[in-house]
Amino acid sequence: MSDLIAEVDVLVIGGGTAGPMAAVKAKEKNPALKVMLLEKANVKRSGAISMGMDGLNNAVIPGHATPEQYVKEITVANDGIVNQKTVMAYAQESFNMINQLDRWGVKFEKDETGDYAVKKVHHIGTYVLPMPEGHHMKKVLYRQLKKARVEITNRYMATRLLLDANGAIAGAMVLDTREGSFGVIRAKSVILCTGAAGRLGLPSSGYLFGTYENPTNAGDGYALAYHAGAELSGIECYQINPLIKDYNGPSCAYVTGPFGGYTANSKGERFIECDYWSGQMMMEFYKELEGGNGPVFLKMDHLAEETIGTIEHILHSNERPSRGRFHEGRKLDYRQGMVEMHISEIGLCSGHSASGVWVDEHAATTVPGLYAAGDLACVPHNYMLGAFVYGQFAGQSAAEYAMSHELPAVDAAQVEAERTRVLAPLSVVDGLPPAQVEYKLRRFVNDYLQPPKVTKKMEIGLDRFAEIGADLASMSAANPHELMRAMEVHFIRDCAEMAARASLYRTESRWGLYHYRVEHPEKDDADWFCHAQLKKNEAGEMTCFKRPIEPYIVELDDEEKDAYNRLRVVKQAEAA
Amino acid sequence: MPMTMNRVSVPVTVNEEACIADKGCTVCVESCPLDLLAIDLVKKKAFMQYDECWYCLPCEKDCPTQAIRVDIPYLLR
Ligand SMILES: Cc1cc2nc3c(=O)[nH]c(=O)nc-3n(C[C@H](O)[C@H](O)[C@H](O)COP(=O)(O)OP(=O)(O)OC[C@H]3O[C@@H](n4cnc5c(N)ncnc54)[C@H](O)[C@@H]3O)c2cc1C
Ligand code: SF4
Ligand code: SF4
Repeated sequence: MSDLIAEVDVLVIGGGTAGPMAAVKAKEKNPALKVMLLEKANVKRSGAISMGMDGLNNAVIPGHATPEQYVKEITVANDGIVNQKTVMAYAQESFNMINQLDRWGVKFEKDETGDYAVKKVHHIGTYVLPMPEGHHMKKVLYRQLKKARVEITNRYMATRLLLDANGAIAGAMVLDTREGSFGVIRAKSVILCTGAAGRLGLPSSGYLFGTYENPTNAGDGYALAYHAGAELSGIECYQINPLIKDYNGPSCAYVTGPFGGYTANSKGERFIECDYWSGQMMMEFYKELEGGNGPVFLKMDHLAEETIGTIEHILHSNERPSRGRFHEGRKLDYRQGMVEMHISEIGLCSGHSASGVWVDEHAATTVPGLYAAGDLACVPHNYMLGAFVYGQFAGQSAAEYAMSHELPAVDAAQVEAERTRVLAPLSVVDGLPPAQVEYKLRRFVNDYLQPPKVTKKMEIGLDRFAEIGADLASMSAANPHELMRAMEVHFIRDCAEMAARASLYRTESRWGLYHYRVEHPEKDDADWFCHAQLKKNEAGEMTCFKRPIEPYIVELDDEEKDAYNRLRVVKQAEAA
Repeated sequence: MPMTMNRVSVPVTVNEEACIADKGCTVCVESCPLDLLAIDLVKKKAFMQYDECWYCLPCEKDCPTQAIRVDIPYLLR
C-alpha cells in the first residue's frame, strides 16, 4: 500500500501532557513493543503545558486529603454526574504520580521539612500544590521519552481513525502538515491524547487564536472518536472559564488565592466564597458581570509588596508568561489596580469540566483497542495531574491490548475515502479560505450555543452548522499549512454540532452556567440524574441517549451535596 | 471566486541582525506549536508567516540569540 507510513503496536496521538506519559508507560509495560508518539506540533513544546504549569490543581496528598474526600468534592463540584470509579482510580494514583514526577525532576513547592506545601482553593478540601518553578515540564517529559525509546513523529496530524471489519481499531490516517501528504499508520491499539476542543467558541477579541486553550487543540480527538463510533459523554457540560479580559488567559485565582488575592466586583467586594472553577461558580460570576455590580476583577492591590513580587514571579514566568507583557501594555500594576476579568468562549474539556470521550477506569473507550486520556477523556475536573494518571492507565491498557492482538487488516475503502477528503482542498482553485470559514463557524457558535442556552437559538445554530458543512467542500488550501487548518475546521464543525445536540437533549439545567437552559431552569433529578451520551449510530446519524450513573462508591450526605450551590457570599444583614 | 489579500500586523518581530538562520538555525520554526514561523529563503532570516499566534513564547525563549520578540497581538493588546 503506497500510503503506508508505519506499522506499530501502540500509536499515541497527541504528545502534549497525557500523550508522553502514555507512550512511556506503554514502553515500560513491554519494552519490546513498537510505540509511536504522533504530534501535530513538536513534542518539545506542544500542548497546554508548552511553557510549563504553575501548580497542580487536584493533588490528593496524604495528610491533606484522602481519595474518598476528593471523590466527594468532584462529585459535588460536577453536580452528581460522575462515574465515581474513574475519579477514584485517579485519586488513588495521584500521590504516586506526584512522587514519580518529583523523582523525574519536576519541582513542586515544599515546606521547611521537605513536605509538599499544599494549599486550599476548593470549597471543601485542600488540593492545590504550587509549582513556582514549573516551567520545565516539557523538558522532563522529553527526557523520559528518549530514555524509554519512544518513536517520535512530529508535525503530523491524525485526521481519522482506521477500523477493522469488526469495528475495532486498526490504526490512523494522518496528514503530514509540512508536506501536505496523506498517510496511513497501522496499529494494534491507539491512544487519543489530543487535548480539549479549544477552538470552538470565538474569543470576544475576535482573534481566532486568542483562545484559553492551546489552539492546536481544535477538538480533533472528539471528532476522531466520534467518527470511529465511540461514545462521548457530558458534551453539554461546556468548559467556560473566568479569564483576564482580552488577554483571555487565567489570572489566576489558584495562584493568587492562597496568597490572599480574590475575585471581586467593581466595589472591590468578594462575592463568591470559593474561587475553584465550577459551573456553579461561573454562574455567580456571570450574574455579577451582567448585573449592576460588574465588571468582575481579580483583586491583589491589598497585598504586601513581598507577596505581590512572588505572585508576579509565578504568573509572569510560567504557564502563560506573556501575562506580564499584557499588563504592562495596559499600564496595570497589581499593586495599584485590579485585573479586569471576563468569561471565556465555550469549549469542550474534561480537564476543566466534564465534556469528553467516555472512558472507564482503565482509560478504555467503547471502541475495542481505542483508549483516551487527558482533557478529551471524560473524567471530570481531571486537570494536568489527571492527564498524567490517565495517560499512565491508557499506556498500560493499550500495551496489554496490543500484546494479545494481531495487526488488523486495512480496509482500502476507508483509506481511499479519507485520502480524497483530506487532499480535496489542494485541488480546489480559488475556494473559500479556511480561516474565513472558521471565523464564521465560530461566530455562530457564540451566537447560538453560548449560555444561557435557548432552544430555538440552538436549533437555528444546527441549521447554520449544516450550511457550513456544505461549505467545507468549497474550501481551498494554498499550502500544507492551510490544509491543516482546513482539516481542523472539519473537526470544529463536528464539535459544534455535538455541543448543540447534546445541549438540546438534556432538558434541564445543571452545572450552573455550563448548562443553563432558559426554558428548563431547574435541575430535574427525576429525569436527568444520568449521563447524557452521544454517538454516531449505524445509519451515520448523531444520536443522544442516557447512561445510568453507576452506584456511588462514596456516599454523600445532604449538606455535602448542596455545598457548591452555596457559593455566593451571604452578607450578615441579609443572612439574619 | 474573487479574492483579495488583507494586510495584518503580526505579533512576532525578528531582529535580523541577531538571527542566525543563515548559519542553519531553525530553532524557533521547530518550537512554535502552531507552526507559524519560517525562514525567508532569500534573506535567510526567520519571520512570522501566519498570524495565528497564541503569544505563548517558546519561540522567544528557545532562540539562541534572543532575536525574537513576541508582542501581544494587536486585537488583544
Ligand atoms: C492556560 C492553561 C492553564 C492551565 N493551568 C493549569 C494548572 O495550573 N494546573 C493544572 O493542573 N492544570 C492546568 N491546566 C489544565 C492542564 O494543562 C490540562 O488539563 C492538561 O495539560 C491536558 O493535557 P492533554 O494531554 O489532554 O492536552 P495537551 O497537553 O494540550 O496535549 C494535546 C496535544 O495533542 C496534539 N494534537 C492535537 N490534535 C492532534 C492531532 N489531530 N494529531 C496529532 N496531535 C494532535 C497537540 O498539538 C497537543 O500537543 C491549564 C490549562 C491551560 C490551557
Ligand atoms: S531561533 Fe532565533 S536565531 Fe534561530 S532562526 Fe529563529 S530567530 Fe533566527
Ligand atoms: S508566541 Fe507561540 S504561537 Fe506565537 S509564534 Fe511564538 S511559539 Fe508560535
